[in-house]
Amino acid sequence: MTDEAPPAKRPPLANPKTRRQAMRSITMGTAIVGASLFGFFPVTRKWTPRLRPPGAIDENDFLAACIKCGQCVQVCPVRAIYLGDLDEGFGVGVPYIPAREQACDFSCDAVQCVLACPTGALSHSISKKEEVHMGLARLDRPNACLARKGEGFKGPARPAPFTGVHRYMEIDRWKPVKLADYNYDLELCDLCVRECPIADAISLEPMSGDPADKRRTPVVHQACVGCGMCEMICPTEPAAIVIDIRRKWGDV
Amino acid sequence: MGLLASLKTMLGAAPERPASYTPAAEAMHEAKRQVKGPERARQIRAAHAGTHSNKWRNIRWATLIFLNMVFVLSFQFDVQLVEGSLTASRVIGFHMADLYSAIQVMLAYKVILINLVIGTGTVFFLWWLFGGRTFCSWACPYHLLAEIAEKIHLMLAARRMVVDYPLHRGTRSVLYVIFGLLAVVSGYTVYESISPTGIVSRALIYGPGLAMVWVLGLLVYEVVFIRRMWCRYICPIGLTYGLVGAVSPMRVKYNLENCLHEGDCRKVCLVPHVLEVTKKTYAPDVDVAIGADCTRCGLCIDACPTGSLRFEVKGLNKLL
Repeated sequence: MTDEAPPAKRPPLANPKTRRQAMRSITMGTAIVGASLFGFFPVTRKWTPRLRPPGAIDENDFLAACIKCGQCVQVCPVRAIYLGDLDEGFGVGVPYIPAREQACDFSCDAVQCVLACPTGALSHSISKKEEVHMGLARLDRPNACLARKGEGFKGPARPAPFTGVHRYMEIDRWKPVKLADYNYDLELCDLCVRECPIADAISLEPMSGDPADKRRTPVVHQACVGCGMCEMICPTEPAAIVIDIRRKWGDV
Repeated sequence: MGLLASLKTMLGAAPERPASYTPAAEAMHEAKRQVKGPERARQIRAAHAGTHSNKWRNIRWATLIFLNMVFVLSFQFDVQLVEGSLTASRVIGFHMADLYSAIQVMLAYKVILINLVIGTGTVFFLWWLFGGRTFCSWACPYHLLAEIAEKIHLMLAARRMVVDYPLHRGTRSVLYVIFGLLAVVSGYTVYESISPTGIVSRALIYGPGLAMVWVLGLLVYEVVFIRRMWCRYICPIGLTYGLVGAVSPMRVKYNLENCLHEGDCRKVCLVPHVLEVTKKTYAPDVDVAIGADCTRCGLCIDACPTGSLRFEVKGLNKLL
């Protein structure tokens, strides 16, 4: 017995116009999704490591939780917070602090950016500047450090055209002053220690037992929150002291 | 139009001709069938003799620019009236969050954030009141740019220099699901990185960056290839608001009686499938509310010479 299978039902003839439209739609949809996935590269390859504002949660969670609204940018009294651009992939619109250009100096006292964040990407569990952990300062170029050479410092720490600002309590409690407009006259450069907003985060230690030896070296302590103030104020070019983003005390 | 049919059409189904009419509508369709050829042409010419008004477009553009300028100026002059951008903001201290941005964040972060829930609640209510996609045409800055691109596209198309290659409207629904899944699987707010709404809003407030190149690229593509591509076929923000506003009290209402069915409203519309009802014999009733995908932009109201399309607040006529 030869059971012949019934002839397969012929599919309805697709209108070539409809078919082309379907192909176009699929292609375009794929292209858009592809474009959106481009954001993976900068993030996973760490093209642009960024110092995040105070209270930022773990980096991947931070990128997810941030709604990219920029409210933190708006409340910062020294305008230290910038938003990520296209080259940061999923970090588009995500806030960061370019410490060398404008560090967070906690002028606001109460961590305003944390209070402004609507999603908790900047963790609301932080209420004092001492609880912040953005990274740790590290003496990157010890040979450039003026204190280690026993040198003093005269003039503005970062001369014009540098536009960064800092709040000098003795001048004005509320109005930050341009670093380029503020002149120092120091016998031994101690800018990173002098302007550090956190108590006991950094100190100058003698380099030898000889009391006549003027040379001192900056030593970072556990209290350091990584705000970047020392990196901004360091008068050498490039900065002798830098922030290691998200490094914790004890990490290598 | 039934709610279900209106949602189906928004998600991508082709609008359907009604199976039955109310007696009043049936009579009107029949009466229109009697008017033919030269007489009908004369009626249409007579109706279009007057100048075309741009009232609603002008009001809408002014509102859109004003809204975005409030964001820009309140940061510029630090008055803290409105803080943030269109993705999330505080308006005189009240949290507001864009629904789709909030969805992306919560899908990616996988935490229910109380501030976002409050913020989306406010926004949800606001846009439900106005009709969800009102956001698109009355607040989204990309919409304005795309409208200008569309004008250029139409100008070039009239000179046969460009041709529109429409996509299937279901593309947006498919992409909606894909972007949702991508957020869950990858743990990143994938859509946000390409969202022209967020990018343009931030560019206005915080200054433009490289990301604007992407937006300009999209606009050029829309001019040359696909008319209103992003707003019509892709944007998940628009679809979210469409779902919110599906049962909104404010909408555009169509009245069959004086309509000449010449179709000028469909030519100017961003989402012409919602105006399918204005085709001859497509209206099941004398008064029909326009479907969920409508952005309440008012272009059809401006274009209609017979006043057959109007803004309506549901129930307001009964109250007055």
